[in-house]
Amino acid sequence: MQLRLGAGEKTAFPVLLFLAVGFAAPLLAVIWYSVMPPRTFAFTGVPTPENYRTIFEGSSYISFLWSLGLAALSVLVLAIICYPVAYALVRVFGPYAMLLTLLFTIPLFVSENIRLYGWVLFFIKNGVLLGTLKSLTGWELQSLLFTRAAVVFGMIYVYIPFMLFPMTLGISMVPSETREAALDLGATRWQVFKEVELPLSMPGVLIGCLLTFVLAVGAIAEAKVLGGQKIIPITHDIEIAFTYAQNWPLGSALAVLLMAVVGTMVILVLRRFDLDLFLGRR
Amino acid sequence: MRNPAVNGHALLSLKGLAKTFGELAAVNGVDLDIAEGEFFTIVGPSGCGKTTLLRMLAGLETPSAGDIIIRGQRVNELPANKRPTCMVFQSLALFPHRTVGENIEFPLKIRGTEAEKRKKRAHDLMQLLRLPSDYYAKSVLRCSGGERQRVALARALAYDPEILFFDEPLSAIDYKLRKTLEKELKDIHRETGKTFVYITHSLEEAMVMSDRIGVMRGGRLIQVGTPQQIYSAPNSKFVSEFIGDVNILPVTMNSNGKLASPSLDGELIAPRPNGSFTTGYLVIRPEFVRFLSAPQEAQNWAKGQLYNEYALGSRIQYQVRSGEQVFIVEKLRQQAYSGQRDDEVLIGWDSKDSILVED
Repeated sequence: MQLRLGAGEKTAFPVLLFLAVGFAAPLLAVIWYSVMPPRTFAFTGVPTPENYRTIFEGSSYISFLWSLGLAALSVLVLAIICYPVAYALVRVFGPYAMLLTLLFTIPLFVSENIRLYGWVLFFIKNGVLLGTLKSLTGWELQSLLFTRAAVVFGMIYVYIPFMLFPMTLGISMVPSETREAALDLGATRWQVFKEVELPLSMPGVLIGCLLTFVLAVGAIAEAKVLGGQKIIPITHDIEIAFTYAQNWPLGSALAVLLMAVVGTMVILVLRRFDLDLFLGRR
Repeated sequence: MRNPAVNGHALLSLKGLAKTFGELAAVNGVDLDIAEGEFFTIVGPSGCGKTTLLRMLAGLETPSAGDIIIRGQRVNELPANKRPTCMVFQSLALFPHRTVGENIEFPLKIRGTEAEKRKKRAHDLMQLLRLPSDYYAKSVLRCSGGERQRVALARALAYDPEILFFDEPLSAIDYKLRKTLEKELKDIHRETGKTFVYITHSLEEAMVMSDRIGVMRGGRLIQVGTPQQIYSAPNSKFVSEFIGDVNILPVTMNSNGKLASPSLDGELIAPRPNGSFTTGYLVIRPEFVRFLSAPQEAQNWAKGQLYNEYALGSRIQYQVRSGEQVFIVEKLRQQAYSGQRDDEVLIGWDSKDSILVED
């Protein structure tokens, strides 16, 4: 039998190859590794649920809960602080919106770790914040670093752009005539917001929430740099399994579980909110 | 037809209304009275300021000068949500996340009307606008263009405004449906007895629906009148060209009181003595031009060549070229002209059927 390829298949082949090697293969490798016997490095072992059993019998769920909880908290706080900022960027600042957008974007050019170490200098005892306070008022406070609050702060700081920009897009997609129509039909400004603007900007809010949630679940640097050992996120467990513990199959199993949990949540949210319906593609 | 004359109290009065955006005067001093129950249409090309004018009336734009008066009350500072007016937008601006019923009930819900009353009112309005009652729970995104028009109108009527504004809501609809909806809108106007103020760039659309029409150009109303007046007695070349086909001859008044048009082989007589007129245009509607067998048969005549003919259903148009002037002659199909292409023909019209305009 001869395989005949059309022009479309032929031109798509390089991309397919790239995706297969660069995207699908590592993922499949991780999934396969997660059922290999513990502490082995070979691909050829007999598949076993041993790693998953270890996880469910052990205390990894604490790290899982920390990661999910921290991510959920970050998303919640980000949603609350970003919506007014995004709203102002679209409706209030007008010509200055571009400048503000740049101010939010420029820090992204600096490595996340370096920015987080910047905050260490800011929060550390006798650092920018507490040192200044001490020299001005004589108050000497305990270091704010290595607390859970510092970790949450770090995550919120790092993920602001990923919440802000989808929200900005969502709000700017609400047609001005639709808002005017609501006003013209007797709605107060608050009613216009509640009945029209907020629901119609939900696609942007939702995409922002999903994006920040997925990123925040995978966060590791904030807990390490700003949190000391106060919080051990699941990503930290995965890293330890792959490096210090040299237990690749266990690390893989943890990674697979994390993907499964996050993937399920994303799918559930997307089901609940039909983006197409909002965006009017039907 | 009834023509609500504006005597005594006008429902809506505009006095020297103007709006400037920086250097640009979008609306440049509009004076107008609209009577209660009237269907008034403002017509003009895009950029003439008609949308800005309507937005000021609805309270979505603040006038730079002049007054808007509704029932004797100056409403310049009254915000859109407090005015007894409602607008049907060009985009319709339906709420895409809501059903047909929720859209129609929106103004009632805002007002705090109880659910049962809202639902009844929505169904009444849907019936009035010939929307099937099972559309109540249908998403507006799943409605067709014509159905969306009806939902938008029902929603505006639910607000129970004194005046309804329309910002070219039919412009995005295909020709056949538009013709149907124009007539329907006029029927709704009759049934509700509300005052309608409509804007469009199509004088043809305006003619079908309106009691009176105002033609707008460069931020000013240049002519206000009944459709008949606008059609048969335009006060400028601009207005005359705005609807249908029209014959426009550039003319100058000679010292002997006769009209002359360059390169025209014929004779022209001014419709009525006009002392001040020196140069301008002679406007004749194509249905008033007829074929002659001798120049004496009409006061005005021109010699030309039959160039082409166009069938327009119940009517036929002939293109006649006389020098550089192109004439359009219109006949009913039953009275079709028997001439052949390239025939030498004589055409003519009576002076009373022509109009002299200066620009």
